Amino acid sequence: MTKVQHATRSSQIGVTLIALALVALLAAPAWGDRNTLRLLAEMFTYLALASLWNLLAGYAGLVSVGQQAFVGFGGYLLFALAMLFGVHPILAIFIAGPAAALVAVPLALLIFRLRGAYFAIGTWVVAEVFRLLASQISVLGGGSGVSLPAAVILSIAPTRQMREFEIYWFALGLAVVVLAAIVALLRSRHGLALTAVRDNELAARSNGIDVTRLKLAVYVLTAAGTAMTGALIFLMKLRISPDTAFSVNDWTAFVIFIVVIGGIGRIEGPVIGTVISFLMRQTLADLGSLYLLIMGAVAIVVMLWAPKGLWGLVAERFGWQALPLQRRLILTPDKLEAKS
Amino acid sequence: MTLWLNIILQGVLVGGLYAMFAAGLSLIFGVMRLVNIAHGDLIVLAAYIALMVTTGLGINPLLALVIVVPVMALIGYGLQRGLLNRTLGDDLLPPLLVTFGLSIIIQNGLLELFTADSRKLQAGPIEVQSFQALPDVWIGALPLIQFVLAIAVIAGLQWLFYRTALGRAFRATSDDQAVAQLMGLDTRHVFAMAMALSLAVVAIAGVFLAVRANFDPSIGPARLIFGFEAVIIGGLGSLWGTLIGGIILGVAQAIGAQIDPGWQLLAGHIAFLVILAFRPQGFFPKVSH
Repeated sequence: MTKVQHATRSSQIGVTLIALALVALLAAPAWGDRNTLRLLAEMFTYLALASLWNLLAGYAGLVSVGQQAFVGFGGYLLFALAMLFGVHPILAIFIAGPAAALVAVPLALLIFRLRGAYFAIGTWVVAEVFRLLASQISVLGGGSGVSLPAAVILSIAPTRQMREFEIYWFALGLAVVVLAAIVALLRSRHGLALTAVRDNELAARSNGIDVTRLKLAVYVLTAAGTAMTGALIFLMKLRISPDTAFSVNDWTAFVIFIVVIGGIGRIEGPVIGTVISFLMRQTLADLGSLYLLIMGAVAIVVMLWAPKGLWGLVAERFGWQALPLQRRLILTPDKLEAKS
Repeated sequence: MTLWLNIILQGVLVGGLYAMFAAGLSLIFGVMRLVNIAHGDLIVLAAYIALMVTTGLGINPLLALVIVVPVMALIGYGLQRGLLNRTLGDDLLPPLLVTFGLSIIIQNGLLELFTADSRKLQAGPIEVQSFQALPDVWIGALPLIQFVLAIAVIAGLQWLFYRTALGRAFRATSDDQAVAQLMGLDTRHVFAMAMALSLAVVAIAGVFLAVRANFDPSIGPARLIFGFEAVIIGGLGSLWGTLIGGIILGVAQAIGAQIDPGWQLLAGHIAFLVILAFRPQGFFPKVSH
C-alpha cells in the first residue's frame, strides 16, 4: 500500500497558527477601531488579488500585467447592476465572478496567441480597451466616474457601523475562500499538474498534461476571482472612475510587488508579502512618489538576489511549509515486503 | 474625399513615430528575447533629457539630438551591463518583473524631479511650416521630417544588422548564444550594444514625441503599448514590419479620432486586436511567437 501524505510538522503548526489568526480576525470588530477594520479589509482584498495573481503567474506561468481589467470590470459591473437594475450590491459581487469568467474565455482565445512577455503586454492592451470603453459609458459618469447613490449604500445595512462590520467580514470571507479554493485546487490532481507546469512546462507536456487547457482554466478562474474582489473593492470605495478602476499601479504593480517580495510560486508568499508591503506602505506613504520608487527598487533587488522571495528563503533554509501542500509518498511495510 | 485623404496622411506620418517606438523594442527582442516593459518610460526619459539640454544650452530640440542620442545610448549600455544581463536566462519572470520595476522607478523618479506638469519642447517656426502636396492636402514639415527620419532609422538598422560586423554578432547571438560565445563573442557586450542601439532610437523617438505634443511622467506605458502593437501588427522580428505596423496603427487612430475624439486610442487598440484575431503572425513575420 502506498499513500500520499501532504502534512508535515511545520504545516501542522502553520495550520494551527492560521486558525488562531482567523479567530482573532473574525473578532476584529470587537477589538479594532474603524480605521483598523478599514485597513484590514483592504489588506484582505490585496491578499485575494495577490494570491490569484500568484496562481496565474507563479503556477500557470501566465505573467499578466493586465489584471486591472478584471478588477475594473467587477467594479463597474457592481455599479451598473446596483444603479441601473436595482440589484443588491452583495448579490452583484457574486454575479461579477461568473460574468468575468464569460468575458475571459474569448479574451483568452485572443491573447493566448501571444507568448511570454508579449502575452503580458497583450493583457495590458485589453485592460486599456476596458478603461477606454468604461469612459464611454455616460450613464456611469463617463471619464470622470460616479459615486454610489445613498439608497444603494443604505440597502447593504441601515447603520454605518453594521455596514462596516458586514463589509469587513465579507472581505475576510472572500480572502479566506480565495485562499481555500487555491489550496484545494493545488491539492487536487489538477494542482499536481499545475505544479508540474510551474517546474517544467515541457516535461509536464510530455507526461500527457494538456497544458493549454489547464492554463485557460486558470486564466478564467483567476478572472472570476479578481472581478469579485474588484467589485468588493469599489463597494468599499463607494466611488468609481475609469482611471481608478483600471489603474495599473494599484491593481497590478502593487500586487506583483506583494507576490515578488513574499515569494512567487508559493501559496504562503502573498500572505507574507501583503503584511510586509502594507507595513512598508504605512511607514513610507508620506514620501509620495518616492515611496513607489523605493518599492520598485526593492522588487528588483528581491527578484535578482532572492528570486523566490522571503518565504522562499525561509522554506529552503528550514524546509517549512505553512499549509499541507507537499506530496510525500509513504511506503507502508507490506508493500516493501511484497517487493522483496 | 480630401478630408479623408488628409486624415489618412496624418495617420501615416504619425505612424513613423510609432515605428520608431517599435523598432527599439523589436531590436532587443530579436537579439536577446527581452521585452522591455520600461521602453515607454525610457522614451519619456529621453524627452526630459532633451528638455534639460534645450533649456540648459538654449538650443533647438532637433539639434539637441546630437547630445540626447549618445546619452541615451550610454544609459542603455550601462543598464544592460549593470542590471538587465543578470536577468536573462530560461526563466521569463526576472526580465519581465525587473523591467516592470524599472518602469515604476523611472516614472516616479521623473515625477519627483519634474512634477506632474505637462511640458513641451519648442522647435521654433518649423513647427507650423507646411506645404501643399495636392489641392487641399497639406503636409506639415515636422511630421514629414519625422517620417523620413523613421524610414532612415529603420533602413540604418537594417543595414547594420545585415552588412556590418556588429550586425553579424547580433544575428549570431540571436541564433545561438552558446555557439556565439564559443566563437569568441562576448555576449554580455553584444547585448549591451543592442540595448545602446535600442535606446539611441528611443532618444530620437522621445525628442519628436516631445516636440509634437505635451508630455508628463505618466505617459510612458501608453507609448510602450503603441510600440508593442506596431511590432505585433508588422510581424515579430521584422524591422520594416514595424514601419507598416506603425502606419496601420497611426491610420486607425486618425480615423477613430475623426469619428469621435474618444475613439482615437480605442480604434488603434481594436485594429490591433482584430489583426491579432485574423493574422496573429502579423504582416511580415520572421520568428514565431
